[in-house]
Amino acid sequence: MGSILLVLRLALRDLRRRRTEAALLLLAILAATTTLTLGLVLRDAASDPYESTRAATKGPDVVANVGRVTDLADLEKLATASGVTEHSGPYSVIAGKLEVSDRTSDVQVEGRDATIAAVDQPEVTQGSWVSDGGVVLEAAFADSLDVGVGDSVTLGGRSFKVVGVAVTAAMPPYPGASCIVSAGCINGAIPDDRDLPAGLLHNPGLVWLTQADVRSLASDRSSLSYVMNLKLANPDKAQAFVDRTGGDHGGAMPMQSWESILADATDLARDSQILLLIGAWLLGLLAVASLSVLVGGRMADQTRRVGLLKAVGGTPGLVAAVLLAEYLLVAVVAAAAGLTIGALTAPLLTESSAGLVGSAGTASLTWSTIGLVTAVALGVAVVATAVPAVRAARSSTVSALADAARPPRRTGWLITLSARLPVPLLLALRVAARRPRRVALGVVSIAITVSGNYVLMVLNAFLGDQPGTGAYTETQVAVLRHVLLVWTVILLSLAAVNAIVITWATVLDNRHASALARALGATPREVTVALATAQVLPALLGAVMGVFPGGFLLFAAINTITGGDSDKATLPVPWQLIGLVLATVLVVAALTSVPAHLGGRRPVTETL
Amino acid sequence: MSNAADTPVLRALGLRKEYGKGEGLVRAVDGVDLDVVNGETVAITGPSGCGKSTLLHLLGGLDRPSGGEVRLNGRRIDDISEKALARMRRTDVSYVFQSFHLMEELTAVENVELSALLAGRSPRAARRRAEELLDQLGLAGRSRFLPSALSGGQRQRVAVARALSNEPLVVLADEPTGNLDSAATLDVLQLFKDLHDAGQTLIIVTHDARIAATADRKFSMRDGALAGLED
Repeated sequence: MGSILLVLRLALRDLRRRRTEAALLLLAILAATTTLTLGLVLRDAASDPYESTRAATKGPDVVANVGRVTDLADLEKLATASGVTEHSGPYSVIAGKLEVSDRTSDVQVEGRDATIAAVDQPEVTQGSWVSDGGVVLEAAFADSLDVGVGDSVTLGGRSFKVVGVAVTAAMPPYPGASCIVSAGCINGAIPDDRDLPAGLLHNPGLVWLTQADVRSLASDRSSLSYVMNLKLANPDKAQAFVDRTGGDHGGAMPMQSWESILADATDLARDSQILLLIGAWLLGLLAVASLSVLVGGRMADQTRRVGLLKAVGGTPGLVAAVLLAEYLLVAVVAAAAGLTIGALTAPLLTESSAGLVGSAGTASLTWSTIGLVTAVALGVAVVATAVPAVRAARSSTVSALADAARPPRRTGWLITLSARLPVPLLLALRVAARRPRRVALGVVSIAITVSGNYVLMVLNAFLGDQPGTGAYTETQVAVLRHVLLVWTVILLSLAAVNAIVITWATVLDNRHASALARALGATPREVTVALATAQVLPALLGAVMGVFPGGFLLFAAINTITGGDSDKATLPVPWQLIGLVLATVLVVAALTSVPAHLGGRRPVTETL
Repeated sequence: MSNAADTPVLRALGLRKEYGKGEGLVRAVDGVDLDVVNGETVAITGPSGCGKSTLLHLLGGLDRPSGGEVRLNGRRIDDISEKALARMRRTDVSYVFQSFHLMEELTAVENVELSALLAGRSPRAARRRAEELLDQLGLAGRSRFLPSALSGGQRQRVAVARALSNEPLVVLADEPTGNLDSAATLDVLQLFKDLHDAGQTLIIVTHDARIAATADRKFSMRDGALAGLED
């Protein structure tokens, strides 16, 4: 117990003594934990509104439909199928066009009874339920058309008054509605040069009329389709029921389990979650890079302290524990702060669809989220700290007391190559060659950032094409853009911190070499340019690698995970990629110029 | 008529360096006048902290004086830009430090050629000159060794070779034997005698009477002032 207290006291004292570095450490881990929390909270937040809607509307476990009246008997048989406890329907459905103001949309019109159904009774959020001559619109569809109770719409040439707006769990909200008409449907963007088959519905909305009104709109019985909603004794077996029962009917009867409706209904939130989770892992990698540099720099500063601890009887274990404890304490604080910030800001990114009741903000942190985020924070700290901590703990007490610097690495071919270059480049390559691990961290850090930016460019262009194509509504595009913005801001902030921290670590590490170069005749400007160039060259390499293969691979990974179609994405054109690389190099040059300038003008005699 | 050989190559006039203010004012160098002629070896001795190293830094333009003048070959250098000072250190003045200050990741020959590369010589010429110097200083067989693989005396000889690589007007040596054992000290002592015989202008700050004895003139420094000329 005494040892633990001692370790904690020493760790806390050192953190207080170096507040700026502790703040940078906190910031680096915080960025990763916040994004990870957002991603994980979003997953729970996404399913919550659907669950609420399902409960409020007596949501079906399975929805089945047939397109021909001749199959109606097969559909009706499902009511008595094994495992079915309740049902509603069959209800007649007809494909049509809804006109309002100057807009025309394809719709699936479902005929319903005015009385309350045992299964799938849509929850009216505005107005009332269907009555003769009155139409009820699915909420997300109404939202998209900007239509409300009291407005008039035209269906099949007849005018109907909007008497209500409702939500259902029997179908994903607009524009992801499932298809329950025989004419067939297609959701998403359609290329301009492609003609749809006649009668096929494009991004249909869902509206409800009375059964009598639907029948009056139908030219004949053959134009009607039928849908039935089923409740099962065991809802968890809904997919098994679909697999089994669909087969009984020759596989021709379309059915959808509630789980698959849930997946479709929460598509947007799932996309946001995937983006955030990928962002979180990228930021986690960046955080490891930041921490490795910060920890390396701190360890170099702590050599003498390590020697003192060992000289007064501290064992290597105690020394390693003190050094590790500092970073683990920061990681725990970062995890707690990240969880709080992530949970509080998640609702801003998960605005639930108008087609569902409940709010995404109702989702809260789960133990699994807390555990995973904390584990990642601690893992990042341990990965970045363990090697230098153990190395410091095992160092010789005498050399640690003498504050001996870690010897630089020799990279012979680079030294030979640099001899042929102008003085700033000669010095820059030698500065870089002294610490290859730090250069590698710089390259990786920039490559991760540029890969992230590459994907952001693709996604941003993709989202720019979305309003009007139907895959996402404008509101949904805005939500996804918020997610991308969060991603971008955190990614760029952490990358900027990395660039400055790596440069400053390089400046400190090269104090002696820089002073010696100046004593031998290098000008302050040459040393400044060399220190900055030693960061810009790895940045250039990292930026190129971040575009290819980094960006391509990351985009391919996102496509694979999301099941997206990369053909729909507009990849950046060469001038955009060149611009991205150049912008990265310029930003790194700007960020490193101040620390490099300070490093190039340190008084020579103080250092030597 | 003045003899060219007697014209000071390096001259300090009323040179001062002060730190702090008021009661905390420290005069590290206090009104030093010094003329060093071409080919002369001057030794400056004195206790630790008397300002010897500071004086050397002022003479070579590594530090700026608080007052007075430094002239190199008749040109005033205490008020020129940092860039001009750096260019001067490439060709006219070079240093030998007590703790060698070799780049640990560079071999002996790479350390020696660095000054020439900074001065803009071609890599081939710089390498040739570095190898010649190492050969002259008895380190031909050690030219590909890293400093960590060399003895103290060998490291100091590499540092001297580096100082000579651009054929400077003046070599300023700050306690060149301060970190060496007896054998290595004798080694470096002989080296400085050879440099003196070759006509190299040298200013040596030292505690070591044997090194000081090789000088044409010896000064003792106390409390920032050159206390007197010794025979």
